[in-house]
Amino acid sequence: MTEIRCIQVAINEQPQTAEVPTRMLLSDFLRYTVGLTGTHVGCEHGVCGCCTVLLNGDAVRSCLLFAVQADGAEVTTVESLTREGSLHPLQAAFRQEHALQCGFCTAGFLMTLIPFLRENPRPSASEIREAVSGNLCRCTGYVNIIRAVQSYVALSRNSP
Amino acid sequence: MKPAPFTYYDPHTLDEALGLLAVHGDAAKILAGGQSLVPLLNMRLAAPDVIVDINRLPDLDFVTTDNGLRVGALARQAMVERDAAVRDVAPLVTEAIAWVGHRQIRNRGTLVGSLAHADPAAEMPLVFLALDGELHLRRTSGSRRVSAGDFFVHIMTTALDPEEIATEASLPPVPPGSGSAFLEVARRHGDFAVAAIAVVVTIEAGRIRRARVALGGVGPTPLRATRAEERLVDEEPTNELFVEAALAASHDCEPVTDIHGTAEYRRELVRTMVYRGLGRAVVRARTGAAG
Repeated sequence: MTEIRCIQVAINEQPQTAEVPTRMLLSDFLRYTVGLTGTHVGCEHGVCGCCTVLLNGDAVRSCLLFAVQADGAEVTTVESLTREGSLHPLQAAFRQEHALQCGFCTAGFLMTLIPFLRENPRPSASEIREAVSGNLCRCTGYVNIIRAVQSYVALSRNSP
Repeated sequence: MKPAPFTYYDPHTLDEALGLLAVHGDAAKILAGGQSLVPLLNMRLAAPDVIVDINRLPDLDFVTTDNGLRVGALARQAMVERDAAVRDVAPLVTEAIAWVGHRQIRNRGTLVGSLAHADPAAEMPLVFLALDGELHLRRTSGSRRVSAGDFFVHIMTTALDPEEIATEASLPPVPPGSGSAFLEVARRHGDFAVAAIAVVVTIEAGRIRRARVALGGVGPTPLRATRAEERLVDEEPTNELFVEAALAASHDCEPVTDIHGTAEYRRELVRTMVYRGLGRAVVRARTGAAG
């Protein structure tokens, strides 16, 4: 028998109340219950990093959390990055530098990089590589992803 | 895949959690960071009837450094990694914890959970063995402390009884004049070790008075290379001594051959890493540098 719990979660600053089966993964809750399909599910056992979201500001694998565990927490997904139809500068840098082909892994990379760049606004190339070491991309070979982050960093250094 | 159905409890007090374990015994699994357990649930390699989620328990997310190191069951690995005071009292922990998974994993995974999971190639069990760590175990009827040496019984098997919770892991203060080093070889960043080593040496009046050489990924549990340790104690730290001790360490384990490497390769890794580790640890002991 499947247990149901009522949870309250702030998703991208919007409070949500929902009934969830206790075994429902946070990744499935975001995609199927809330309808935010920007969070992708690749391996579903914590290896690929596609499902990375922020839980109370920290990057975590949403496939390794149950939705019920997010009760009372703040969850931030890739959908939060685009404001009024314009891309976040990091997303723009990904586009500019051709840092994605199929795009399956991109949401996970972005949500890993957002808190990393907040903590470390001027990372070296090797720090960037380490930061994204938990995200798998099978298209670009990472070079353009690193380049996109560097171009974003250069841009944010020049802006006031 | 998705986890099989289970009955979910998220107790708000330790007594409540211990009561649930007393009732459900080995039908229950404790969920802390979940970075090892949830993959097993998703792949249905584990399908416990009951999950006891301890994340709502109060007062267990502590890291203290006033007398050695104490880490509560809900202290995330990232919290330990970022704590500058941990680097001062237990630099080996700081050095090794960066090798645990990736940042997203360490943001959620707990240090105590890593010890309780007891993967033979995991970093934290190896470090706690090298630093004479202890686990603090609670059950409804009382508590006990178990040394890391007694805690790790076999592959993913520990001295924890089904009705117990590991509430804390602790390390004694490191004696003055000590230096340590952690080395690992893994196929990719964040993977479990093909082999890993941790060494701690204490130097007094130019001689090694105390030595710990611990090996990971080369047996069913992390293990102490006792012949290597014996070879080092009361000797002057010289390159020749490190060569001999490293060779002894490589014979203090019985590694297996698997897809990641042959037994001979792992033995060779142990020899090379113990040799390099001893050199680093002795320099750090002499200079008082971190590590």
